[in-house]
Amino acid sequence: MDELRGWTWSYDGWVMLGGVLCAVAASLPGNFLVLRRMSLLGDAVSHAVLPGLAAAFWITHSRSGPAVFLGAVATGVITAMLTQWIRDVGKVDEGASIGVVFTTLFAAGLVLMSQVASRVDLDPGCVLYGVLEASPLDTADVGGFAVPRVVLVLSLVLMVNLSFIVLMFKELLISSFDPGLATTEGCSARLMHYLLMVIVALTTVASFEATGNILVVAMLVVPPSTALLLTDRLGRMIAISAAVAAVSAVLGDVAAVTVPAWFGFRSTSTAAMMTVCAGLLFLLAALCAPSRGLIAVWLRRQRLSLRILTEDVIALMYRLDERGADGPVAISQLSQTLLSSTLQTWLALQWQRFRGRVNADLAGYRLTPAGRQAAAALVRSHRLWETYLVQEGVDAGVIHRQAEVLEHFTGRALREKLRAGGVTSDRDPHGSLIPDEDPGTEGR
Amino acid sequence: MSTSRLRAIRTLTALLFASIFLCGCGAAAADAAAESTMSRVLWLRDYNTRVVILGATLLGTGAGFVGCFTLLRRRALIGDALSHATLPGVGLAFLLAPLLGFDGKALPVLLFGAAASGGLGVAAILTIRALPRLKEDAALGIVLSVFFGAGVAILSIAQQLESGHMAGLESFIYGRTALMTAGDARLITWAGLIATATLLLFYRELTLLCFDEGFAAARGYPVGLLDVVLMAVVMLITIAGLQAVGLVLMIALLVIPAAAARFWTNQLHRMVMISALIGSLSGLFGAAISGVFPDLPSGAVIVLVCAGLFFLSLMFGGARGVLVRVLRRRGLRHAIDREHLLRGIYELRESDLRIQTDDFRPAAACLAELHELRTWSRRQLQQQIRRCESEGLVWRRADGGIELTERGLIEAERLVHNHRLWELYLMTHADVAASRVDRQADAVEHVLEPELIARLEQLLEQERGRRVIPQSPHAKEQV
Repeated sequence: MDELRGWTWSYDGWVMLGGVLCAVAASLPGNFLVLRRMSLLGDAVSHAVLPGLAAAFWITHSRSGPAVFLGAVATGVITAMLTQWIRDVGKVDEGASIGVVFTTLFAAGLVLMSQVASRVDLDPGCVLYGVLEASPLDTADVGGFAVPRVVLVLSLVLMVNLSFIVLMFKELLISSFDPGLATTEGCSARLMHYLLMVIVALTTVASFEATGNILVVAMLVVPPSTALLLTDRLGRMIAISAAVAAVSAVLGDVAAVTVPAWFGFRSTSTAAMMTVCAGLLFLLAALCAPSRGLIAVWLRRQRLSLRILTEDVIALMYRLDERGADGPVAISQLSQTLLSSTLQTWLALQWQRFRGRVNADLAGYRLTPAGRQAAAALVRSHRLWETYLVQEGVDAGVIHRQAEVLEHFTGRALREKLRAGGVTSDRDPHGSLIPDEDPGTEGR
Repeated sequence: MSTSRLRAIRTLTALLFASIFLCGCGAAAADAAAESTMSRVLWLRDYNTRVVILGATLLGTGAGFVGCFTLLRRRALIGDALSHATLPGVGLAFLLAPLLGFDGKALPVLLFGAAASGGLGVAAILTIRALPRLKEDAALGIVLSVFFGAGVAILSIAQQLESGHMAGLESFIYGRTALMTAGDARLITWAGLIATATLLLFYRELTLLCFDEGFAAARGYPVGLLDVVLMAVVMLITIAGLQAVGLVLMIALLVIPAAAARFWTNQLHRMVMISALIGSLSGLFGAAISGVFPDLPSGAVIVLVCAGLFFLSLMFGGARGVLVRVLRRRGLRHAIDREHLLRGIYELRESDLRIQTDDFRPAAACLAELHELRTWSRRQLQQQIRRCESEGLVWRRADGGIELTERGLIEAERLVHNHRLWELYLMTHADVAASRVDRQADAVEHVLEPELIARLEQLLEQERGRRVIPQSPHAKEQV
């Protein structure tokens, strides 16, 4: 790690801490935004506070300080309320009302700024991308230690957010999942909504003044979405999202120095790299999440199709036997009929051999008695379904395909129900004999 | 009554809408005579002004058209996500093009980079949406923030290049509408034409996709492919507009006109046209205004004009505007009050009526009796009586009693008939207790359709020839 030689705890440690604090503080309320399908609100608020900043600057003639902060938070809250108002009054969906409000406010802010700040430097670029790397230079004195102001502000925000979520956990939970129920139980969903908006506005403004808006907008959405893929419980989701946020902040801080060095450049924007790391962690979760990841879903689907193939193989061998083609069956014949590859068919046959349902010799494959019994049950399911469907008035042309699906999910109990439910004929609509359930009588 | 009035109001608001523009134009034209810069702008003397106004108008039209579909697809902020997603591509193209021997700041190179990473963004959105639990908004938010972060990281590396003063790249975010060139306008024109042609070609399929995705899939339309087509069209417009007008204006033009058009109509083809109109008007007026006041950022002015049009539509829109809805609700309330009044007078005098069997004319009801009947204020009641008087349904006797006219009596009989039919129906077929049916019938009687009345009559075996008013179920209890 030669690239990190210039890394010092006294400076870069503060940068990393600032990033971690911002990421965790934003990811906490972000969970509820994602659950309420308002993920883009952070983006909207961070653009829409521009007129508030400009107005506060106009009044106080200073670029920072409590007035500017209050102006920004007030505009953030107004954004959230306007969004809600347009949604209610105009009956347009959330995304559209967010889009209308934040672009309008941003444009108003640009116009205001071009009038107010033409003489002094209040660059929108500087407002939108606070520079995390420079944060340790601006320090405040706390009990004899020089602590960066950013770290102080963000710790405060983190504490506010944490206590909000801990104190209001039950109310937030119920109003996020079932606003109607929440209101009837006496905890106003609307009030919770606005409280959450205030928290989001506060977090967004405080963070982007310190670290730039990219980081906070990303941390409001990406870690909670990652956590949502990993768990079903709200409490765990919040904890996981905070952990993901912290890890991506640490990784991003390191990556901002190391990755550009591989290509011969100096370090890049820390906040941006933290965002990219959060994105990579999300990608990892989307691929590898235990039950919802793309890989897990793909494997489950493969396993299901293989299971269906193993059943189709023995059912086909049974049917071939039935038509009088006595003798071993070649693997090529099976795979041609079932439209599967030779490898898949071979795998399915090996599995059935392992379970003792199929015998193999040089000439080909043959059903064992146990295999015959299992195959008979499948064929019986198939033909019972076909008969039943025809009785129920389904067109005879399509019954085969439906029965082909249903046979794999039909157990003995359901077969008996079908039989008892009015399937009286011994033969299916195509004229084939429906095999008996009791294996003792079968084949004699 | 209410429909004709509504139509009149709709026409009036449309006229108002138009006249505001005409006034604006007129005022501007009047000023133009006096002021030279204004006249130069308005009569398009400057080549630059001509290009800017033309480009902004065309862009507004195209974006308004495309925006309708994304709005109805509940993906209004797709422009937001896509325009952010182009940034890493722009940065990479800028960095890598010199290695392949191209000029890193040439427009085609940057556009190619933007399109490539925008396409990647589209793919990412569609993939994330397919994951369980995560919805549209999360997909857009993730793509937006992560791609934008990657873009900023790459650009801050690009800044370290010696040739890398990124004057051209800045405009991708804030836009430089006022400096639009003829080449930009041409690009926008082509993009708009291609986008429009594609949308018209797939109009039916896209409509189905926007309104009922599941149904479209069940009908065998390739839903995924159509989604990609729609996204590709959005991307085309976004990229063409982005480098000319900047990110925020592009998002605004994709969202606001479509959302505004939604207030004027419930029909897609009209909505598309209105949205394109609003988009082009805001481009036209915004560019013109910022031409007159050159120190205003033109992109922002266009957005503000667009927002103004949105607000007007929200208030005065003919189909879903606030004003129309308020009036409609008031009309309904008045109709209900009138029906309550007529039925009240009739029922108060019903006992007298029975005694005089054939030549019936209920005696007058006095105000105090009517006031006790339900929870209406005295003023409300007086107002209602006055309204009914002017409609010729009741008349006031010299002693202050209120009496039904011939027409009023017919109307009142109809209402009482409906009310009691519903009460009887509730009692006999829905097992509702007699003491509770009155309130329920009260709520329903105003909206009973003639077909329903006929069926109720049949069901309750009333004779059809002469309209018989069933006895009040409550009369029996009182005896």
